[in-house]
Amino acid sequence: MVRGLLIAAVLAFAPVTAAYAAEAKHAPKVDWSFEGPFGTFEQASVQRGFQVYKEVCAACHTMNNLTYRHLGEPGGPFAAAGKWDAASGTWKEVSLGAPHHGTRYVPAPDNPFVRAIAEGYEITEIDPTNGQEITRKGRPADRFVSPYTNPYQAKAIHGVAPPDLSVIIKARYDGANYLHALLTGYSDPPEGETAPGGATNLSYNPYFLGGWISMPPQLVPDRVSYADGTAATPDQMARDVTAFLAWASEPKQITRKKTGFATIIYLLILGGLLYAAYRQVWRDVKH
Amino acid sequence: MSGPSTYDPKTGIERWLDQRLPIVRMMHDSFVDYPTPRNLNYFWTFGAILMLCLVTQIVTGIVLAMHYTPSIAEAFNSIQRLKRDVPFGWLIQNIHATGASMFFLAVYIHMFRGLYYGSYKAPREVLWILGVVIYLLMMATAFLGYVLPWGQMSFWGATVITNFFSAIPVVGEPVKEWLMGGFAIDNPTLNRFFSLHYLMPFVIFGVVILHVWALHVSGQNNPDGIEVKDKADTVAFTPYATIKDLFAAVLFMLMFATFVFFLPDALGHPDNYIPADPLKTPPHIVPEWYLLPFYAILRAIDFAVGPISAKLGGLILMVGAIAVLVVLPWLDTSKVRSMRYRPVARWFFLIFVVVCLVLGWCGAQSPDKIVAQPGEFRIDATYRPASGAEQTLAATGHTLEEAEKAFDKQRLAAVDGAGPGTLDKTVLTPFQFKVTQLSQILTLYYFAFFLLILPILGLRETPNRVPETIAKAIGAKRAAANKGA
Repeated sequence: MVRGLLIAAVLAFAPVTAAYAAEAKHAPKVDWSFEGPFGTFEQASVQRGFQVYKEVCAACHTMNNLTYRHLGEPGGPFAAAGKWDAASGTWKEVSLGAPHHGTRYVPAPDNPFVRAIAEGYEITEIDPTNGQEITRKGRPADRFVSPYTNPYQAKAIHGVAPPDLSVIIKARYDGANYLHALLTGYSDPPEGETAPGGATNLSYNPYFLGGWISMPPQLVPDRVSYADGTAATPDQMARDVTAFLAWASEPKQITRKKTGFATIIYLLILGGLLYAAYRQVWRDVKH
Repeated sequence: MSGPSTYDPKTGIERWLDQRLPIVRMMHDSFVDYPTPRNLNYFWTFGAILMLCLVTQIVTGIVLAMHYTPSIAEAFNSIQRLKRDVPFGWLIQNIHATGASMFFLAVYIHMFRGLYYGSYKAPREVLWILGVVIYLLMMATAFLGYVLPWGQMSFWGATVITNFFSAIPVVGEPVKEWLMGGFAIDNPTLNRFFSLHYLMPFVIFGVVILHVWALHVSGQNNPDGIEVKDKADTVAFTPYATIKDLFAAVLFMLMFATFVFFLPDALGHPDNYIPADPLKTPPHIVPEWYLLPFYAILRAIDFAVGPISAKLGGLILMVGAIAVLVVLPWLDTSKVRSMRYRPVARWFFLIFVVVCLVLGWCGAQSPDKIVAQPGEFRIDATYRPASGAEQTLAATGHTLEEAEKAFDKQRLAAVDGAGPGTLDKTVLTPFQFKVTQLSQILTLYYFAFFLLILPILGLRETPNRVPETIAKAIGAKRAAANKGA
């Protein structure tokens, strides 16, 4: 027992001293709209983020787990609503965003915004009828096109394969804050610190574990030009692309939270009823 | 204690079935008319909660298996496809992944309850041992299941754990290769782990039936640890225990749902969202939280004892930490079952719980992490310049880097003042209390609790007076409560 108390004392007063030399800098907190039990995505921001991904990130990073149709599913950046016209068999009055009175979600394969995005890509595949390589326009069902023709190319070109971005926000501790800090946090190395082995293809970034990262700084001012007139500052682009990647890491997350509320309310009512029933059943039993 | 059956078949079909297969009678005697002690508290609802957990894991697991591809090329992506494209796939996957943690949380509460109230003592030894077997099977199932998503932690966790088998003398290496289906964790490993992960829950289910059977032979223990004497001590399972179990299960589900819907990744490790890469070791390899105390025990042994290597020693202690539970009914010598009436044992038990929790913390830390360092690093040196008197230099710092930095300033100042010379330097490292040492002390207490404290205390402790019957215990409790009010 005395030993137990001693341990408790040691634990209580011990200064935390785990100072790893290579420990990364802690990412500052950003106020994300999608965080917390009530959080949702700002569709415009996620759309801009997709643009940053498409024009900047996609040059080197794959996003294997996404298809173009995901972009147009409810909650996605290009989800759109309209009116189904049975006579012509087409969707009318289609506009981006959630449905309002009289309209409903356009199924992602029919979504004109998604189709336009998909058709902007060329897909190379083998024609099964003759075994020849052909190219065709992209379709909503296609996976995000990889910048590489095979998995070995990524490593051959860059030295290390750039990570796939499908679940990058979940694959890093404090993912959204980390990514925002990483993208905007490049700086000169501390005095006297040089890249391991004197490598010249590494950049210094205090938020990256070890400090030296293969990805050079990307988000310089006006790297992209936003159609909606938003100023493309590095911070703005980092916020937008982080929002897009946060959505992409779990496209169903808003549905998840909404279902959660219904479930919790249901369980609270059920629990209340069961408690009343329990009191009733046990009322005459001494226990 | 179950007594003669009170089942009375009312309809013709019930009578017909009862003469051929009395299954309804068995269910009636086990879950309706089964007498349960009337003084059970909420800790006794975890049996039902665990049954709920097991069924939940089996049902969600069967659905997951319909969408999962056990191949190293596709495993990771097949789970992402399930979460993105299968209707409610995200829900089923979240329930299964979170469910594993909930299952262990419930089983730990259930086990600590058994320890505190002496539920392992005669005549419930077999009941308790069956419980330990279930727990062991659960650990195996959870470990196998954690490998299936084929993330970085899946792969490296499996590498670390299977490696420990190689510490077993003579048969270690062949056993390891047999488990892995090759010389490294690879596709054959994933395939056999998937197969076994699907098999195990049904083995668990079988042992659970034995566990419940043994329970219904000896009857439930209760918070006062007094055997049931007559009908006044008990109530019928239905509706009394049923309604209480249901209410407690809903409370448990509220917590379960909070994790599933709002914190689905809180109990996992971010690295498991990185596809497995045999060429890239993560900076820290840690198992899931529920295995951390045993992982800490495994790593606590960093020294060899004679022919036993540190690795084998760790393995022996880890296996021993569970094996000791099997013999616990014969280690505890106390005549009194419940620690409610054991004033000293209670405190040792409390420390034991804290020790298990801190062991869990240790398991999550780097073994070299410094828990406490009372002193400072100190660098002493004598500087002898080519011309002039020798100088004594000394610097301290909380870390070696700090001390070196402070020392460098002095050295440069000395060189500037007296010109070039020679340096005679010694570095004094202070005493550092690291996670490994903390784990060793805690492991010592873990085993001492079972092997020394419980056997000795049972003979030396003076227990409080135990009421003769459950009814009297309830009466005493009520009287005390009334006096307090």
